[in-house]
Amino acid sequence: MTITLEPVIHGDRVSLLRVLGPAHVWALGVGIVLVGEFTGWNFAADKGGALAALIVCWIVGLLYTSVAMIDSEVTSTVAAAGGQYAQAKHIVGPLMAFNVALFLVFAYTMLEVSDAILLGDTIVAKAGVEGLNHNAFIAATIVVLAWLNYRGVLMTLNVNFVITAIAYISIVILFFSVSPWTQGAVLKLNELVTPENALPYGWIGVIAAFQFGIWFYLGIEGTTQAAEEVRSPARSLPYGTMAGMITLLIAAAMTWYVCASLMPWEYLGITYYPLWDAGKLTGSPLLENLLFVATLLAALASANGCINDAARAWFSLGRDRYLPSWFSAVHPRYRTPYRSILFLLPIALAFAFIADLNQAITFSILSGVLQYTFMSINIVMFRKKWPLASIRRGYTHPFHPLPAIVLFCLCVVTYFAIFLGFGSQLIAMVAFYFLISLWFHFYRYKFVRRGDQFTMPWPRPQGY
Amino acid sequence: MWVALSYASWGISIVLALWMLYDWFKVDTTYTEDVLTSSREGELEAVSEKHRI
Repeated sequence: MTITLEPVIHGDRVSLLRVLGPAHVWALGVGIVLVGEFTGWNFAADKGGALAALIVCWIVGLLYTSVAMIDSEVTSTVAAAGGQYAQAKHIVGPLMAFNVALFLVFAYTMLEVSDAILLGDTIVAKAGVEGLNHNAFIAATIVVLAWLNYRGVLMTLNVNFVITAIAYISIVILFFSVSPWTQGAVLKLNELVTPENALPYGWIGVIAAFQFGIWFYLGIEGTTQAAEEVRSPARSLPYGTMAGMITLLIAAAMTWYVCASLMPWEYLGITYYPLWDAGKLTGSPLLENLLFVATLLAALASANGCINDAARAWFSLGRDRYLPSWFSAVHPRYRTPYRSILFLLPIALAFAFIADLNQAITFSILSGVLQYTFMSINIVMFRKKWPLASIRRGYTHPFHPLPAIVLFCLCVVTYFAIFLGFGSQLIAMVAFYFLISLWFHFYRYKFVRRGDQFTMPWPRPQGY
Repeated sequence: MWVALSYASWGISIVLALWMLYDWFKVDTTYTEDVLTSSREGELEAVSEKHRI
């Protein structure tokens, strides 16, 4: 096999390519998240019953709407690869930025691992062949998607757009196939969710359900990682992110309604394939197979977006010398952060082969919630240091500081919910970030070129 | 069929992994480290965004 390396270096530098539009931003955000409708959210029913899953669907939807609004404002102003990392660097400071980048890399890599395990397990479940192992399918998922990401961001997100759209349309088809306007024909919500079993563990069950309610929307903030590769960040990022959030709210509502109307909460809360099972329960082989394929596509789209985002966060750390600058190399032909993609590939494979799905999901959620907590503080500091009149913003979110307060409060509730289920992992993860922060502060930061890392042409912040 | 698909998955994974390693080696030996790590954050922004109110 031979390749031709064309002279594609424009000017003095090799940079990431600005080729993406709002549809790609939507594909990145919704692609990462949509797998949560196919598995994950339903474990909320196990924690607190079917009604608890619906309550957290809406309340966590509020959390993520706040995330999307806040993110859209800051990212349309700090348009750089690394997303929240670049935001933290400019607004809070280097130590926070280092931690945020690690939250991002952990959240996306662990989500990619979970997606690959899910895909492998789904194929093995469908095959029903004794002795068939999921490792081959896990390896193919991670390596093929890493290769796609290696070859260029445009094709990567074009593929994500198509497979995400197919998976989304399959939910819509399922919804309209079960006559949602008629209870009793196929759906039996009034029989399955009754006043006696709606909240089997009371309101503490609702709080416990927050941990898995996050799966309805986990990852929508990943749209910001495309900031350096979209043609018009100030327009595309808010538009793509908000459109993605609206899409997901609709998908979450349809998913809950169909699944809660077809399965008792005791089963819904433990199955790994709520939508695929819903397809089977309709009795239609076509719907069953459609939902099987859609589950695979949703897992693929999510893993694909996660590889894209984790690599850009890692690349940004290298570019600012928070990690060795070796990681900041851009492929001169494909214009991708190829060394970061390749570095994270064996790590994802190793975790996928040895970790169990629940552990990987929990680490991903924990890192995500740490990141959301940062975002609530970040936006308050952003508005204070650079008020509305001081710099141009692509988007200004309404009702400030209400979304930040809502976001912070919901993060606190979610920490409590995670503590109820995975307290030791929560403590271990916080201890890890504390120790790695000490390493960064006392050792690594001396390698950083301090003046070079702040790149936004903004006026001096107020109060400085 | 599923077992054959499993072997095909291993095969595709190995071929693509080797291709990426080959391409990585080729790029790293063709271009200097200064060129490969020359990307700078916010460079385009400084040109295109004036930040005037």
